Amino acid sequence: MWKFLVPFIAFLGLVALFALGLNPKRDIHALPSPLIGKPAPLFSLSDVVDPNRVVDNASLKGQVYVLNVWGTWCFACREEQQALLEIARQHVVPIIGLDYMDDRAKARLWLQQLGNPYQAVAFDTDGRTAIDWGVYGAPETFLVDGQGRIVFKFISPMTVDVWQREFLPRIAAARKGGA
Amino acid sequence: MRAGLAVRGLLGALLACALLALAAAPGAHALDAYGQIEDPALQARYEEIIKQLRCLVCQNESIADSNVELAADLRRQVREMLIAGKSDDDILKFMTDRYGEFVRFSPPLEPKTWLIWGAPFVAVLLAAAIVFRVARQRGRQSVDDEPTPGPT
Repeated sequence: MWKFLVPFIAFLGLVALFALGLNPKRDIHALPSPLIGKPAPLFSLSDVVDPNRVVDNASLKGQVYVLNVWGTWCFACREEQQALLEIARQHVVPIIGLDYMDDRAKARLWLQQLGNPYQAVAFDTDGRTAIDWGVYGAPETFLVDGQGRIVFKFISPMTVDVWQREFLPRIAAARKGGA
Repeated sequence: MRAGLAVRGLLGALLACALLALAAAPGAHALDAYGQIEDPALQARYEEIIKQLRCLVCQNESIADSNVELAADLRRQVREMLIAGKSDDDILKFMTDRYGEFVRFSPPLEPKTWLIWGAPFVAVLLAAAIVFRVARQRGRQSVDDEPTPGPT
């Protein structure tokens, strides 16, 4: 009896392990952020469009907002731009951009040509803000609640579908939870 | 004769390549503009730490080996923290606070990771138990099977 049962259970275990590992829906490059539930790192950077203007997130405290990390070198960012514009049109929360590892002139041209969904775009010249936020690629999109805590992080191009499914319920919850 | 020469030439070229590769290997780090840290002890710690940190873009490379910009930014971060007098633990904590435990190539020993660290030992013990059992069974069998001495 045991001679049969033990290998069989081991086999089922392996099947389960491989099913988890080979699941095509699982993005092996998407890493869970340890910053979820933690205070959003503060930044104070110059604006991409107007270098004399300061973009800081401390002044956003009390508001739910979205931080979208992008760069003109990032193909997937081009892909998500239409979705971001659509989301911005809904005026649910302010979308702040964090332009990462980029060139100012290129970034401005990008915003002119593709449209600008952002309330403001912070220019991260040396990647320090990105490190603080645990950014390891682009696009990455964070949701910050009214207490200035990171509630959610989405890695991959934003879509309207993801916005409705993952962001809107969390925004509603964040607003209900206080602020 | 000519073929022999050609083979020798090829072997020589291969050897030269191998030697070159060997010579280049110790210095095969991604290079930064900053140069070495003045204090050799700090430089040694720097090299040790960046070997332990994973490049999150390439994931199977350390930030010591990767040429990706993020890796360069992280190396700069390590360097600055070392010069500012931070301990190795401070630096590792800085990284894991932002990027999670995944940023370290070797996970720390804690309840969450007991399975990872323990699995190889469990496997060896299990294998030893199986070998022991099988050996004992065979031993018993061979005693039983010993041919009775026949007439000569």
